[in-house]
Amino acid sequence: MIANIPYLAVAGLIIIGLYTLLFKKNLIKMVIGITILESGVNLFLITLGYRMGSVAPIFTGNADNPVMSYPVPQALTLTSIVIGVAVLALMLTLVIHIYRHHGSLHVSKLGGDDQ
Amino acid sequence: MKGMSSIVKTIANISFPIITIYGLYIIAHGHLTPGGGFQGGAIVASGLALLAVAHGTSWVESKVKEHDLSMLESLGALGFIGLAFLGLIMGGAFFSNFLADTSMLFGAIPVDGAANINTGGTLPLMNFAVGLKVIAGLFAIVLVMAIATNKEED
Amino acid sequence: MNIVDMLLTHAPALTIAIPLLGAFLTPLISRVSEKGRNIFAIITVGITALFVFLMASEVLSNGPMTYVFGSTAATVQQSTVIRILFEVDALSIFMAIIGIILSFVAVVYSYAFMEKNTGLDKYYTLLLLMTTGMLGMMLTGDMFNFFVFLEITSIASAALVAFWTNKAKAVEAGFKYIVISTIGALFVLFAIALLYGQYDALNMAKIAQSLGISGFTFIDKIALVLLIAALAMKGGLAPMHMWLPDAYGRAPASISLLLVGATQASLYGLFRIVFTVYGDVISLPSISIGWILVLLGLITMLIGVIMAIIQTDFKRLIGYGAVAELGYMALAVGTGLTIVANADPNITLETAPFAMKAITGGLFHVINDALDIGLLFLVAGAVYYATKETSLNKLGGLARNMKYTTIFFIIGLLAVSGLPPFNGFASKLLIYESTYQLNPILSIVAILSSILLLAIFVKVLHSVFLGPALPKYETVREVPKSMLLAMAVIAGIIIVFGLFPQVIVTNLVEPAANALVNNSGYLQWLTGGF
Repeated sequence: MIANIPYLAVAGLIIIGLYTLLFKKNLIKMVIGITILESGVNLFLITLGYRMGSVAPIFTGNADNPVMSYPVPQALTLTSIVIGVAVLALMLTLVIHIYRHHGSLHVSKLGGDDQ
Repeated sequence: MKGMSSIVKTIANISFPIITIYGLYIIAHGHLTPGGGFQGGAIVASGLALLAVAHGTSWVESKVKEHDLSMLESLGALGFIGLAFLGLIMGGAFFSNFLADTSMLFGAIPVDGAANINTGGTLPLMNFAVGLKVIAGLFAIVLVMAIATNKEED
Repeated sequence: MNIVDMLLTHAPALTIAIPLLGAFLTPLISRVSEKGRNIFAIITVGITALFVFLMASEVLSNGPMTYVFGSTAATVQQSTVIRILFEVDALSIFMAIIGIILSFVAVVYSYAFMEKNTGLDKYYTLLLLMTTGMLGMMLTGDMFNFFVFLEITSIASAALVAFWTNKAKAVEAGFKYIVISTIGALFVLFAIALLYGQYDALNMAKIAQSLGISGFTFIDKIALVLLIAALAMKGGLAPMHMWLPDAYGRAPASISLLLVGATQASLYGLFRIVFTVYGDVISLPSISIGWILVLLGLITMLIGVIMAIIQTDFKRLIGYGAVAELGYMALAVGTGLTIVANADPNITLETAPFAMKAITGGLFHVINDALDIGLLFLVAGAVYYATKETSLNKLGGLARNMKYTTIFFIIGLLAVSGLPPFNGFASKLLIYESTYQLNPILSIVAILSSILLLAIFVKVLHSVFLGPALPKYETVREVPKSMLLAMAVIAGIIIVFGLFPQVIVTNLVEPAANALVNNSGYLQWLTGGF
């Protein structure tokens, strides 16, 4: 059961992120929902590399050769976090522009008339 | 955005060099300990953002212009892709590690438990390039957003 | 080893590296001179096009080409693949040719179209980054690398869709595009994590081999469903097509052209995963996957055509036309998959050739659709450049002043509707013949959609170009030469493809269809030792 807690946390984060994205009407809250969703997927990615009772994957010259966790998912998670930062910066800039045009952050101001 | 009180400004002035040294340490030792280009660059950029919040964006705007940051960012990116092309010319494949196991700058072979900073090949150099790009890029994002929201309040 | 051989061995990496280097150099060059930066962008994309055609001549004659990043030593150590691999086979190079033609035309068109805008150094940097991402998606052989290039393309294209920040509608379209695109990409990452956790491999060929050995487990089914849903959403299939008309309609015209390429790169990812990575296990449920693609294609066609009838904005209407054309591609490939699945030993071999014809027609329609819809977008951009107006109610009588633009629009109209002697006829005839074998109703719906598209675009021709001359458009001139040159290049390719379709199909499309159906060529480097 202890070993399943990270996976339950992943499911919880993804559900919270999707709920925020679908049911909240403020643009900034939708952006926060996407960040929570992305944190959930990153947590899933890094949980895959853990082995029971392992240490960080660095060779320190100890003679007892401990079990090491996998380093590849750590690199994948880092790449995903960097991509998330770039997407977050772009989304917030677009929200600033939308606020300048319409004066409010409510999602009903998007759309409008299609001429 | 106006600056904050003088207590905050003094503490920010004291903390900023410590944060910068810490961030540069993480960038430089990326091939030995956890860390590297993006992680250390994000730390230095948050130190710079601390300065921007403490002193106000008008003060920061008078010291640093946005197109200087754009120039630094391009230099970092060019350093990265230039090292990749050098790997093509001198090593035979794109991005190859042409400095490892040679007598040049970072060329020693790491021994278990005694790896010093002189190992790694092109990895520390690429960490420096990426670190410079991330510092300039993240600080430019924070600065531009602060100036943009500043204009609406006035 | 002479210089051409050396360039050929490194060509897959250089195809990605040269636009990336150009994108990083553009802010520095734009300090020096503006015109120099525009010429530099055109030269960069031109050099990349040379590398793509060099690789095409090699791959189409000698089989798939691989390239290892980081070293020339072995990549398979104790049956683990350890480095990033680019694998270029006939399908990849077919899509790369489409991508680089669209990119080159977009850069040449932007030379005059975007001339009076500010912030152009960011525009050209993002354009070159989008080219890098699109080509990287098409050439890579590694799943996580595909995800990274997918995100590079989405971020660059969302920033470009919202480029005219003074218009509220463009910024909203960009915001909608980046939100939907990020959710899709996160689902793709989740599926890649599932496959990595199951098989300890990120390389597409290694995952395909491991799937063949271990069979089709429950987690693989979840990963397949997530990948199909997310890539179909990025590829604009209904009912996930909502972002397409907004993004295509509000972006600058050259960016709409390049967005067509990015959308088709996502469809390429869908085909690559369904046919190559899951190729050994797909024979069990492929009836359902084939029928799902067929149904999605039908719904997309009908929604695209019906919504296009009521539009009054020029580029938004063409965007709905693009949605309808994407439905044709999904319909054709789904038909091929269903017919191949139905071919158990009792049925004679007569129905099986129609499967290859369906897939060939679908792939040929990919390049035809890119060219036709691209030409229509460029004409809409030219009309906007001349008159600053996009609403069909306010335009009229422009054929007197803009003769060449009218001719290009007529060529694009006839090609999209599938009339001979243009290229739309060749691919649509293959689609009609092969879907008739599966179910006659499919082919009837496809023909009706083509007729409706013809009617819609003739209405647009009448209301924009024909009709009485309006007094406020007296001073409208023809657009500058570089925009006419870009449109002429595409129109020329359309006419050549229409007059000699057999040459294109045998040399370019059929190797791609063969590479799609049979994944043993893709796995060859893994099973043959490397």
